[in-house]
Amino acid sequence: MIAALKKKETYQRYLKSLKFALYCTTHPLDGFWDLTHEKRGTYAAANTILFLTLFIRVLKLRYTSFIFVTVYWEDINIFLYIASVAFPLAMFILGNWGLTTLFDGKGRLGQVYMASCYALTPYPLMQIPLMIFSNFVTVDEAEFYSALSAISLVWAALLFVAAMGQIHEFSAGKNILFIIFSLFAMLVIVFILLLFFSMISQGVAYFISLGREIMFRL
Amino acid sequence: MKKIIKTVGALALTAVIAGIPAVSVSAKERSYTYNYDYWGDVQDSPDFYTVTRVYTASDLGLDVNFKSPEGMFIQGDMVYICDTGNNRIVQLQRTGTEQFEIYRIFDQIKGGTDVKNLSGPTDIAVSEEGDIYICDKGNARILKLDSDLNYLLQFDLPVDSTVNPDSTFQPSKLVVDTAGRVYCIATSINQGLCKYEADGTFSGFVGATPVTYDWMDYIWKKFATQEQRQRMVSFVPTAYDNIYMDQEGFIYACAGGQDENDLDSGAADAVRKLNLMGSDILVQNGEYPVYGDLYWGEGGGFEGPSWFTDVTVLENDIYVCLDKNRGRLFGYDDQGKTVFCFGGNGNMDGYFRLPTAIDHMGHDLFVLDSLDCSMTLFTPTEFGELVYDAIEQFDEGDYNTSGESWRQVMELDGNYDLAYIGIGRSLLRQERYREAMDYFELKYDDENYSKAYKQYRKEWVEDHIVIIVIVILVLFLVPLSIGRIKEIKHEIDIADIFRT
Repeated sequence: MIAALKKKETYQRYLKSLKFALYCTTHPLDGFWDLTHEKRGTYAAANTILFLTLFIRVLKLRYTSFIFVTVYWEDINIFLYIASVAFPLAMFILGNWGLTTLFDGKGRLGQVYMASCYALTPYPLMQIPLMIFSNFVTVDEAEFYSALSAISLVWAALLFVAAMGQIHEFSAGKNILFIIFSLFAMLVIVFILLLFFSMISQGVAYFISLGREIMFRL
Repeated sequence: MKKIIKTVGALALTAVIAGIPAVSVSAKERSYTYNYDYWGDVQDSPDFYTVTRVYTASDLGLDVNFKSPEGMFIQGDMVYICDTGNNRIVQLQRTGTEQFEIYRIFDQIKGGTDVKNLSGPTDIAVSEEGDIYICDKGNARILKLDSDLNYLLQFDLPVDSTVNPDSTFQPSKLVVDTAGRVYCIATSINQGLCKYEADGTFSGFVGATPVTYDWMDYIWKKFATQEQRQRMVSFVPTAYDNIYMDQEGFIYACAGGQDENDLDSGAADAVRKLNLMGSDILVQNGEYPVYGDLYWGEGGGFEGPSWFTDVTVLENDIYVCLDKNRGRLFGYDDQGKTVFCFGGNGNMDGYFRLPTAIDHMGHDLFVLDSLDCSMTLFTPTEFGELVYDAIEQFDEGDYNTSGESWRQVMELDGNYDLAYIGIGRSLLRQERYREAMDYFELKYDDENYSKAYKQYRKEWVEDHIVIIVIVILVLFLVPLSIGRIKEIKHEIDIADIFRT
């Protein structure tokens, strides 16, 4: 692995795959097809985009003008804040993969992950300039910021839909249907997680009280 | 690897231990005066007003105690108290900061009418000419007397198609404008304020509160039978609790007992400022609507939102609302931002049992407590005077001194949002935009920040116009010239004369 890091080709491939994310934003259908079928995407680039997205979201708290984002710092838990995006994303990827494997989806888990991360590209791409821009506007010009910010989200969402379709080689209708099903799959996962944790805590509580009882009797 | 796991484990354990005391911290005792900041958090504050004295009847030299007094009016140095339970009106003259002398006590009037005794007077107002107007509730009339208590006029039940002529007129609160028109609140009349012309004729209702209802109730009513409908709450406007006329002739009306959801959503107003047309022109630019306490726990047997029972407007446009639910006073500035909140229910000085009326003399506040049968006199502290100075200086256009006063306020209370915004506004007027922006940003005042920033941006562009032009030129010219140079180079390279 370390040997691979020393090689120049590794970096070139990484940078090339990162640059390919830009191509995907403007040519979603073509781009996301090539992403896996032509092996033009890498996990390294996907991780970078995901990291950037989460990082920018945290940075925005501090560096966006207070006209748009006022933060009650006492209540901010940075890990929860990151998890508020990362956790639903992870659940969607899992749920989507779990469902599509059962229904002729061609994408593997890793590919779904890669495509999802590539679909997030517009967010860091637009939010970094917007964050800087926000410090140069007044409330009268706030509409520009809000509109552009909304565009970045809608853009990412459209890419997401396109990505899922291309990865699984689904038709448009089937694709939309399975994205909606994936959302339900997320709910199921949450339900199972809740069940799991409450069971575990009950189990632990049982043994703790058992231990207490024994201590008490001794 | 093992070491890392150990460190992480130790950290997690520390976090758990550190978390335990944080949970067990209990709510501490709050200061008497408090304020709400941008986030709606309660911020302790230095006292804005202190109790100078609480006056009971014997302190004022009256031989008969007050009995559920309900109304109070102050004009000049005269304090009129409607001693409702004793059917009399006590007129006091303030002779010193703490001294009051009885000017006169009257329970009957002279001339012109058969019923000469007052019966349960609930409110009194005195016009600039000295004519006295009394809500003689027990006798179902509003009296107009001259300054020697001679009967001049009386105002009766409004003659209107919506008013049942057989019902009894129960006027409870009134104000008089400079033209001698009378506006009154009457019990069981909820169409708004009854407006009478100076000659005593009824001329209509003004300023009814908008009717609020929720859709569920509305739909239910559609399906309900006649009997069911009668038992349901009917959608009627809320009746006002009290009114006050400021020096510009605007009527401040407060209405308590409103639905908390309506207050939150802005569908109902606890205080309204009515213009001549009867529409609400109260400015609510604060972060939170003007309705007193933002949080109403169920502590101490008091629940629900603040119940504004009276309001008074100082000369500097700060209006003070009296909450009879929790015995508190809320001051708001002309932008609807909280200036101060203080008070409480209790028997100590500065606490109330059932406050009913508030009025002011200069900056001093008088609160009448109808259960405690006392009148409390509040005078501003150094802190309060500084805030008032700062506001008044700003209104007079004296921005430098206003800024200085606000700085002194900030020294006394660093959690006082208005001070930061005040300093910012004075800096803005002094055209020191960069500094003003910092102060506005500290307290999240985006409107004022934008005003300052707009000017600052303009100045910056004007100062740096040369650099901006150069940068833009460079950005355009450099790629252009590079392209041109390449072109020339290319032409030279392929030129025939250099070929050998």
